[in-house]
Amino acid sequence: MSDLNVMQNRDMKKVSAQQKVVKIIVKIMLYAFLITMGIIVLFPFYWMIISSLKTMDEYRLAIPTLIPQYFDFRNYVDVFTSKDLILGRLFLNTLYVGVVSTALSLVITVLSAFAFARLEFKGKDALFALLLATMMIPGELFTITNYQTVNTFGWMKTYTVLIVPFLVSIFYIYLLKQNFMQVPNELYLAAKVDGTSDIKYLWKVMIPLALPTIISITILKMMGSWNSYMWPRLVANDDAHRLITNGLRTAFTDASGVTDIPVQMAAVAVVSTPLFLVFIFLRKYIMKGVSRSGIKG
Amino acid sequence: MTESKQNVFQWFVEVFCKQWVWQKFCVNLVYKKFDKWKGWLYLSPALVLLAIFTIWPIFNTIRMSLLEGYTTMKAVNGQSFAFGIGNFTRVLKYPGFITCLKNTVLLCVLTVPISTFLALLIAVCLNSIKFLNRFLQTVFFLPYVTNSIAIGMVFAAMFNMIIGGSVRPDSVGIVNNVLEALGFNYVNWVNAGSEYWANIVVMTVYIVWNALPFKILILLGGLQSVNKQYYEAAKVDGTSRARTFWRITVPLLSPMLAYVIITGFIGGFKEYSSIVGIFGESMGPVGDAYALDTMVGFIYRAIGNQEGTASAAAIILFFIIFAVTMVNLYVSKKKTHY
Repeated sequence: MSDLNVMQNRDMKKVSAQQKVVKIIVKIMLYAFLITMGIIVLFPFYWMIISSLKTMDEYRLAIPTLIPQYFDFRNYVDVFTSKDLILGRLFLNTLYVGVVSTALSLVITVLSAFAFARLEFKGKDALFALLLATMMIPGELFTITNYQTVNTFGWMKTYTVLIVPFLVSIFYIYLLKQNFMQVPNELYLAAKVDGTSDIKYLWKVMIPLALPTIISITILKMMGSWNSYMWPRLVANDDAHRLITNGLRTAFTDASGVTDIPVQMAAVAVVSTPLFLVFIFLRKYIMKGVSRSGIKG
Repeated sequence: MTESKQNVFQWFVEVFCKQWVWQKFCVNLVYKKFDKWKGWLYLSPALVLLAIFTIWPIFNTIRMSLLEGYTTMKAVNGQSFAFGIGNFTRVLKYPGFITCLKNTVLLCVLTVPISTFLALLIAVCLNSIKFLNRFLQTVFFLPYVTNSIAIGMVFAAMFNMIIGGSVRPDSVGIVNNVLEALGFNYVNWVNAGSEYWANIVVMTVYIVWNALPFKILILLGGLQSVNKQYYEAAKVDGTSRARTFWRITVPLLSPMLAYVIITGFIGGFKEYSSIVGIFGESMGPVGDAYALDTMVGFIYRAIGNQEGTASAAAIILFFIIFAVTMVNLYVSKKKTHY
């Protein structure tokens, strides 16, 4: 009897030891896979930074150096002093368009979301359904006519054309409406009884409660202007109004298509830095907003 | 009570009541009416903009697509156009458009499955580790917060060769360096004279890299909400890991998988800026412009000079996206387990 017990015990130990080994091997494989993928994902960023610190001669080497022979910041000086890419102007243009369109867009989004979430009026549900349905249509379909419209309005090559056509995002209205609806209706009725105006109620109760969503919308909208490329290129691609991405793509490439890659990489790094800073400080809001939206920019 | 007094009282009651009813009526009118219109008042800025920039374009684009050979220039000059489907037939017969369609479909079919599978693998792995979890999550999300044109230029540089005086290029690019270290020959990926399949490989790598973060984020969110009991049960039954993955994880994740696949296809059919990032506005290697043009690229080039054609192409794009989404929804409804 006791012999059997001992044998059973020994078998159990053997099995658990085996399991442990398997478990450790699986863990090692997991980490190996994840870290390899992580390195692949990060490599372009690494390559951008080290290439931006190399001289063209070093960049041309047959066997590339993984760390620059010496850190040469001249490319960055070139980027900021280049006549090819007037970076200061591009930054200011993009910042101006981003801030103004985000601010106006937020006002419109909050008012509309409030109307859809709290107010009762005829045709509300039908209107909302209609607006959601337009989200299925690819944006290019609108662009064709919008190009004519802004031309008729005489808005070509102005800041207005970069800001106004994209102020309303049905998706952001939808997102904020969902958030507003979570606030109990009793709160609104109580405020009404107390004689609080709608605007005051919005400002004092709704907006503070929905702040995370509003911050997410703000960041995504700002990132959108930072990354917008096609519309600005169509309607306002002159020196005075050009945005950062449009300036970047064509800079440092001469007519025959030969590119000064290290300087170009320095420019790319400069343009990418604000995005990374925003990401580092506001990661939580970005990831939350994106997981609910799936809209890039 | 005298008759006159009674009359006065009646008169008073009558007037007071009428007054009161009247007042109530007025108040009701103002408030109720205002309440009815208040919603529209708050919506008015959004509705005005939507009417101009969203609703009108739908009608106008359909109109232009059905007027044969419509261009704004001719319209301004007072020319009239025949009504018909000529724009659609012309677009579908135009070789340039067929190239665009082929490129777009090819990139979609390649990138959506690859990126979905890789994202699923990474999400499952991330979900089963604790140490470094937060850090790795951040790393995998990083490509999302980038400018797709800017990082496209970095990818182009990684694949780019620098031609020198000799037969062999001065620099073959870091990707080729890695390939040579692994014992392969170097490939002309993006330079002049590069082959179509090489360009497609570069685009696939870049688009997958770009698409991963969103998919990982969604799938990881889905995994974290999966009930742990299923896994406990599988463990008790001694189910193998592969079986657990295919029989428990994938079915439970199917709503999120359907979501990332559908958004992936929608995004894939609108592929444009990633190609501009790598190849520039010429949409192809030097000497072979528009070799990698896409549907959206085709539409954009027709804006401002060939509105009829552009409209027809945009409507075709809409129907393709609509059809693919419907097929996806149908399949996922059959396969999804809620």
